[in-house]
Amino acid sequence: MALAVVIFVLVVVTVLFQFIQAVNGDWYFTDIAADWGLIDTTINITLWVTGAVFILVNLFMAYCVYKFRQKEGHKAVYEPENAKLEVGLSAITTVGVIAMLAPGLFVWAAFVNVPEDATEYEVLGQQWQWQFRYPGADGMLGAADTALVTESNPFGINSEDPNGQDDVVVNGPDMRLPVGQPVKALLRSNDVLHNYTVTQFRVKMDLVPGLISYLWFEPTQEGTYDILCEELCGIGHFVMRGSITIQSQADFDAWLAQQPTFAETQNQVAGNAAAGQAQYAACAACHGQQGEGNQALNAPKLAGQQAWYVERQLNYFKEGVRGGDGDTFGQQMTAFANMLTTDQDIKNVAAYIESLPDVPADSTVSGDIANGYDIYDRNCAACHLDDGSGTWYTDAPKLAGMSDWYFVTQISNFRAGIRGLHSSDDYGEQMVAMATAMADLEEIQDVAAYINTLR
Amino acid sequence: MSFFKTITSKPWERKGVIGGLRPEGAFNVPAEKVALVFFLVVATVVFSLFTISYFIRMELPDWQPLTEPSQLWLNTGLLVISSVLFQWARNISGDDSQRNLLSAFFGAGVFAILFIVGQWLTWQNLQSGGYYMSSNPANAFYYLMTGVHALHLLGGLWVWSKSAIRLISGADAKDVRLSIELCTLYWHFLLIVWLVLFAILSNT
Amino acid sequence: MAYVPLADRDHEMEMHHPHSWVTKYVWSQDHKVIAVQYGSIAVFTGVVGLVLSLLFRMQLGFPDTANFVDPNFYYQAVTMHGMIMVIYLLTALFLGGFGNYLVPLMCGARDMVFPFMNMLSVWVFLLSVIILMASFFVGGGPTGAGWTLYPPQTTLAGTPGHDLGIILMLASLAVFIVAFTMGGLNYVVTVLQYRCRGMTMMRLPLSIWGIFVATVLGLFAFPALLVAAVMMLFDTILGTSFFMPAIIEAGTPLDYDGGSPILFQHLFWFFGHPEVYIVALPAFGLVSDVLSCHARKNIFGYRMMVWAIIAIGGLSFIVWAHHMYVSGMNPYFGFFFATTTLIIAVPTALKVYNWVLTLWEGDIRLNAPMYFAIGFIFTFIHGGLTGLFLGNVVIDLPLSDTYFVVAHFHMVMGVSPILVVFAAIYHWYPKMSGRMYHEGMAKLHFWLTFLGAYAIYLPMHYLGFLGVPRRYYALGTTDFIPQSAQDLNATITVAALIVGISQILFFINIIWSLRNGEKADPNPWGAASLEWQTPDTPPAHGNWGDKLPTVYRWAYDYSVPGAHEDFIPQNTPESEEPTVQEEHFDPDQDKSLADI
Repeated sequence: MALAVVIFVLVVVTVLFQFIQAVNGDWYFTDIAADWGLIDTTINITLWVTGAVFILVNLFMAYCVYKFRQKEGHKAVYEPENAKLEVGLSAITTVGVIAMLAPGLFVWAAFVNVPEDATEYEVLGQQWQWQFRYPGADGMLGAADTALVTESNPFGINSEDPNGQDDVVVNGPDMRLPVGQPVKALLRSNDVLHNYTVTQFRVKMDLVPGLISYLWFEPTQEGTYDILCEELCGIGHFVMRGSITIQSQADFDAWLAQQPTFAETQNQVAGNAAAGQAQYAACAACHGQQGEGNQALNAPKLAGQQAWYVERQLNYFKEGVRGGDGDTFGQQMTAFANMLTTDQDIKNVAAYIESLPDVPADSTVSGDIANGYDIYDRNCAACHLDDGSGTWYTDAPKLAGMSDWYFVTQISNFRAGIRGLHSSDDYGEQMVAMATAMADLEEIQDVAAYINTLR
Repeated sequence: MSFFKTITSKPWERKGVIGGLRPEGAFNVPAEKVALVFFLVVATVVFSLFTISYFIRMELPDWQPLTEPSQLWLNTGLLVISSVLFQWARNISGDDSQRNLLSAFFGAGVFAILFIVGQWLTWQNLQSGGYYMSSNPANAFYYLMTGVHALHLLGGLWVWSKSAIRLISGADAKDVRLSIELCTLYWHFLLIVWLVLFAILSNT
Repeated sequence: MAYVPLADRDHEMEMHHPHSWVTKYVWSQDHKVIAVQYGSIAVFTGVVGLVLSLLFRMQLGFPDTANFVDPNFYYQAVTMHGMIMVIYLLTALFLGGFGNYLVPLMCGARDMVFPFMNMLSVWVFLLSVIILMASFFVGGGPTGAGWTLYPPQTTLAGTPGHDLGIILMLASLAVFIVAFTMGGLNYVVTVLQYRCRGMTMMRLPLSIWGIFVATVLGLFAFPALLVAAVMMLFDTILGTSFFMPAIIEAGTPLDYDGGSPILFQHLFWFFGHPEVYIVALPAFGLVSDVLSCHARKNIFGYRMMVWAIIAIGGLSFIVWAHHMYVSGMNPYFGFFFATTTLIIAVPTALKVYNWVLTLWEGDIRLNAPMYFAIGFIFTFIHGGLTGLFLGNVVIDLPLSDTYFVVAHFHMVMGVSPILVVFAAIYHWYPKMSGRMYHEGMAKLHFWLTFLGAYAIYLPMHYLGFLGVPRRYYALGTTDFIPQSAQDLNATITVAALIVGISQILFFINIIWSLRNGEKADPNPWGAASLEWQTPDTPPAHGNWGDKLPTVYRWAYDYSVPGAHEDFIPQNTPESEEPTVQEEHFDPDQDKSLADI
């Protein structure tokens, strides 16, 4: 009896919940931003068909439980089968299945066959970030190969291929597309499986190392949307984020023209350490002649840090990505970073710092090394490597032999939201999430103490 | 009764004992044999999946076919002799003469051991010739598939050795007859698997 | 080789009568003891899986309150939870537990065909569990690659447990498959060859049909997992490139080239999809018998239920790639696999209709097993219908890899089979223990589990609609997930905690009732099937005393018009029965199989 009532109530609750969400709910499909309304239609057809079955069968069952519950003097009816009824029900089910499947296959055919006028772009995934490539004026993407990937050629573009020279490369997680233009995304991975998902576009597809997969869509709404990785790709899976901005063709063209081509990235002048030495003079006041750092002045050790990281941080200070509210010491850097007026200046300084002798910094932090090892090995080593040397590939700076007190303040800043939450700090956001692996100051110090053993 | 007839019958209509005075299995053979046949099907699935993987992997660009060593022909001969001896042992296992049975059954196992030794030598030769497992998927598949086959054979030899010991220690041929029959069936199966593997490996 | 009739072997079955406590309860070859051993190990492992799920649910519902759930542990917990529940709990419990207990009893056999191999099976299973659990204690911990273990990720530095953890996982699976094969051959051959006199295949209860077909599926599907595991072990340990293409690990190119990660996925799901039915078919069978018995009515449409089991089993081998719609495989496969997948809905729906029609005009006894069985129908309808979304390839595009998938498969192969497990345990408890369980506690257990589980998974579907991705340690900030989604997550976690803790009721009930439960009649439910007709309760070693039973009718003679009682046991002869109906035995029949 109670069971019959409960099943009835559950049916009502389920239907109401669906109804409320579908009409005006927080937890329902996002507003669609691509020309895939057909997918939503298919979903709605399926919702109606399955909803009807759900209501009818469950209410019938609730009725049976109520009506035929055991009573004195009542006896069940002996009826081994009713082939007609069973065949009839199967036939109705088949009709329902066809009603759902047929439109589904029709829409799938539209997804599989890319329209002729779709323009191509490439999505490259690697642990744990996105990069993008546009074909340039010739409309053709150059050949690329994982074996050719280096720090200066992160796409592994074959420099022999003339099609590749004018490819526009976006070495960061933010991409753009023009509205109203069908596009075909070619998906490639440098390491593991990833999945390129923009929820508002409704379509997604895995990136598979060793082959090129694809999907296509036509953006219909201008705006900026999240790109999420939706295929488990390792410990950083949940921080593998990007964004896509849909804008007018003119805005898009203007943006694209500002991005470097592959040829330009290959022909960039390398940092000149000799030129950088002069500019480093201003840095030396705090960071020391040999870049050894000075805790009293809150200046971390620089010598030994990888050039790409130094460059990126200097740019961040210049652009106000770092040194914002709450970061009192970081704010001091802004003025100094602004002294480096051109990109080349920054490169030169970074090159000079790289040339300085790398003497491990003194240990100033102590803690439980065993616990520190445990946390580091489980969560940090995936990017910063087992020996703490860091790598451009995962955008992880060197930690071993660097200033341990600086590590403690920066992790504390990440945890407090002082660093990493700026919308342009694409990689800092990953650290905000990962820093939660250290529960409190004590654990941060444990990890610092462990890193001190890695020099 | 055919399978179709069985599952379309209406069990509620017919009461009473169906069948003879004794309970009957679905198949008129010992349970051990039914189990072995099922196991052979399972093993077939294993080898088929390796083979399908082999063909799929072959389509990918880095494949370099492996030239199978000619010694494999000799090994194949050994396994054929082993299988023939098993068949012979099975055929005479109903006879009274224990002597021939013992030599046939014993010889069958010895030839199977020789086959495995031969396979082992082939691996050694390939290794010393620089055909390492990690250098090419064709090599890897060769080692993997021949290895899995040899492993199945070793499992068979374990059963064979138990029966051989019973035979030597003077057990009645009747008691080991089922064991001989099942060994024979198993060996024929592994011979066929080997022939198919050999054909696939050497033709691709 | 002469055919040895089973009756002549009757005395041989007496071989292994236990002589001491150790041979009776530890190294036992009695299928009933082995069943309890299998079940206990599986349930113990399942409790580990349950605790893991509560831990990572804490992180999802209340981020950063449980400090030790760091990203690393989160992925390890998610992975181990999935693998434990699917393989080590459900597969082992349904086939090793219920299969072992019920197959000989329902078929009218004294034991399994190969009792020694059966005993070996349970110990090898224990070994696989030990290897699995060992991975929690090795350096790097258990694998965190997701229960699907997709390469290349599984063995790369960015994945938790990428060194020892994954090797132990694969080794444990290989050992489990050996155990399963030993057990599985036993169940299949026992059903085929060791049925008692008069027990035709079509007189078998649906429980046996479900277990039988599921075992056959397992025997054919597990090899795919074995093959995939072996090849992955080769890739990991020996540096081959079966699945590994040219890739970069943390900036360093690895020595792999040309392998196909998608090949692994095909192998995995060629096992993985039948695996769903390896769990579901026994559940279908068991619930059919519980429903029929407590509705005091034959299972409606027995023949079509059998056909549906066979059809579902067969179809389950040609739908595997519906797990791979967005995997980057050739998208044209989508047409085929979407069609086959939705075809499966027809026999499955028929089963649901027949369960409900079994209730129609029944005399429904609403006790705890029946509560769980009816609860199962409800959750299974829900889970089955959401499967139609995901199976329809184009709807899978937005929903794949979101919480909708998680909600769907938990509903259909988590909650539903577990409800059947409880229904079955309560239903057969009087026969297994000779005591009644506590009805009130069992009903309370039902309400908390059933309503709690629905409170977990109904809202979870809507997180999926919204597009919240699964396998995220933390959501961080996005533009489309509102803050209120976190409230939903917190609600789900609270419900999960309630459901998790309420399982204690179940354990208290079955342990307490062992000593303090009311003494049970040999056949307290008035059930018609054979396992309730044993001379002893609980059944003694050998099950049937001196003489094997003879079966005169099908397993569902409930409320037969004109009968004195509302059930007629399978071994009750009909008065007008001709004494023995001799059928001529023709050895030439089935020659083809006999001579293989």
